[in-house]
Amino acid sequence: MKSLLTGLWVALATSSAAFADDMKLAVTTSFQNSGLADVLLPAIKEDTGIDVQLLVVGTGQALRLSEAGDVDAILVHSRTAEEAFVAAGYGTHRREIMYNDFVFIGPDTDPADIKAADTASVALAKIADAKSPFVSRGDDSGTHKAELKLWAAADLTPAGNWYRKVGAGMGATLNIASGMPAYVISDRASWLNFGNKDGLALLFAGDPVLFNQYAFLPVNPAKHPHVKADLAQTLEDWLTSGTAKALIDGYEINGETLFTFNAE
Amino acid sequence: MRSLFPLTLTGATIRRKGKRLVGPIDLTLQDQGITIVIGPNGAGKTSLLRMMHGIARLSDGAINWGCDLDTAHAAQSFVFQQPILLRRSVRDNIAYPLRLRGIAKAMARAQADTAGTRVGLGPMLDRPATFLSGGERQKLAIARALITKPALLFLDEPCASLDGRATREIEEILRQAATSGTRLIMSTHDMGQARRLADDVLFLLKGHIHEHAPTPLFFDQPQTAEAAAFLNGDIVE
Amino acid sequence: MSDLWEGIGQALWLLVTLDADLVEITLRSLRVTLTALVIACAIALPIGAFLAVRRFRARRFTIALLNALMGLPPVVVGLIVYVLLSRSGPFGVMGLIFTPTAMIIAQVVIIVPLISSIAHQALRELWSDYHDLLISLNTTQRQRMAALLWDGRRALLTAALAGFGRAIGEVGAIMIVGGNIDHHTRVLTTAIALETGKGDFAMALGLGFVLILLAIAVNLAIHIIGRTEQEGRW
Repeated sequence: MKSLLTGLWVALATSSAAFADDMKLAVTTSFQNSGLADVLLPAIKEDTGIDVQLLVVGTGQALRLSEAGDVDAILVHSRTAEEAFVAAGYGTHRREIMYNDFVFIGPDTDPADIKAADTASVALAKIADAKSPFVSRGDDSGTHKAELKLWAAADLTPAGNWYRKVGAGMGATLNIASGMPAYVISDRASWLNFGNKDGLALLFAGDPVLFNQYAFLPVNPAKHPHVKADLAQTLEDWLTSGTAKALIDGYEINGETLFTFNAE
Repeated sequence: MRSLFPLTLTGATIRRKGKRLVGPIDLTLQDQGITIVIGPNGAGKTSLLRMMHGIARLSDGAINWGCDLDTAHAAQSFVFQQPILLRRSVRDNIAYPLRLRGIAKAMARAQADTAGTRVGLGPMLDRPATFLSGGERQKLAIARALITKPALLFLDEPCASLDGRATREIEEILRQAATSGTRLIMSTHDMGQARRLADDVLFLLKGHIHEHAPTPLFFDQPQTAEAAAFLNGDIVE
Repeated sequence: MSDLWEGIGQALWLLVTLDADLVEITLRSLRVTLTALVIACAIALPIGAFLAVRRFRARRFTIALLNALMGLPPVVVGLIVYVLLSRSGPFGVMGLIFTPTAMIIAQVVIIVPLISSIAHQALRELWSDYHDLLISLNTTQRQRMAALLWDGRRALLTAALAGFGRAIGEVGAIMIVGGNIDHHTRVLTTAIALETGKGDFAMALGLGFVLILLAIAVNLAIHIIGRTEQEGRW
């Protein structure tokens, strides 16, 4: 029995390869669920030799992880929080990489008739008036913050039985919206890549306020000397290079472009 | 090594939950022969043996050996009325006390084989101990108790639920052990067995030693009415 | 229903083609959980034996505490282990957060109370059988514990299996301390959570079936090992 266990042990132990150059990057669920990571990571490995280990979390948790020094850099989408993060000295700087946009998803019957809305504020007002079920991420993520900002811009305070905060990632929130069914705000990439669209449809998009900017922020080595600042710099250089531009702009699902590269 | 004996009990008593199980006992035993403890059920035979062996805590009084306590404990064994079997093979059961004393496995097993064969368990050494019949279990327990060559062996009604043949075989083993110098202190409710084995008899009644006499004398001329009645087969209270 | 059938189909497909990702994730699950199990057993079994043979003042309290800890929500364990191992936590300098080691630590914390509690219950009965004999043989505490652990090994296997089942199926704690990093800390349960998040129920179910099969296979393997090892029926 002992020898059998030992054998199994060796087999298991050797199955884990050693990583030469690895760094930890916290990214938002929307970035991961879009599928873009699966395209970028192998190319990064190929060009720079860096093994990027993704921690897929909400923007709020991503900021917390980097404040604690548990990751080397973050790729998130919540400008106000990012600027506060840099101002507090946790990050060295903020580098814009690309953007996509937020879209309104809802029951394909569209009970609140938001298809007819011409701005995001009007769409939200219609949902609030109709008291149609609306699912909010409620997890302090970039998408959640963007949603709250939209409500504020529309001069509305969502409350009541129809407004459900689920405290979950983008995919899980879409699953819940599909089950109820309810309205939900999602980033376009997550929506296009979502596998369980039954009963849901994209109902409203295109308002400039729905613009969703992703930025790369390296953790400040002055705060956390152990972070791999050089690798983070290499990664930043790659993410803002022509190679990244081609890959990001060229990434499509069902013929639709998901992200637009806009690094300077 | 200094001898275990004399074993001296002075006012030795065991009480549990306010009830006196045995004692106070005043008794001195020397290092020869087979002592048989008899008495009606509930007289305290088991408690007396456990008290002398040191596995039941004294409530009162003292027990003194001819040597220090650790040496005394190491030189005695106990065979329980219900044999306690380890969940191991017969061989490993018998070898266990040797293993506890740090004897190497191979050597302990070899000695266990010899001891097991001597009590007639030779064909069953590899079997799990729980496969054994009642008589075989008790033989195992005795072989295990004797393997450390104890100077003193306690047995608590070892043949209580055995048939005649098993009883005869066990008595033969015990007689051999006594011949080779092991002191036996054994309780029984079988008067025939007492007559066959005893060098002296302790008659226990209500937790007290009612009578203590060498064998032919005790059976032929009991000194107390209760002992006579007990030998007669009457119910003694 | 269609999800279920698709999931079964997907699971079969992943299995027969020995999908590279699946094999990698499965091996990692096994490595993390079996390591945690070995460490947890080394801690928990002696605790169980000790509680069985030794009467001490805080014994009842310890047993009650173990039973209470058995119901400890894994996600709380995950949070505590995270706070301890985080770079800004007391053990941060060791750099263990978001590594398989952190996941092993969390799983050990989760299953030690479970294994020691089950072990204690099993060994308590054995001890009441053995008590008089082992006292009579002048055994030391260590010898008593050794006898119980060795002779009770079949019952202890059950305790270990219970620990394995709880550890391999756990998601909340290892998600927090491991981070579900692809090719690094992703295991079956966190992969299932991820696929569910993507709305890919078929894949999630497929992974789920693999997890169930794995649990059954390990249980059977341990059962068979226990049987060949056993010298008879107890």
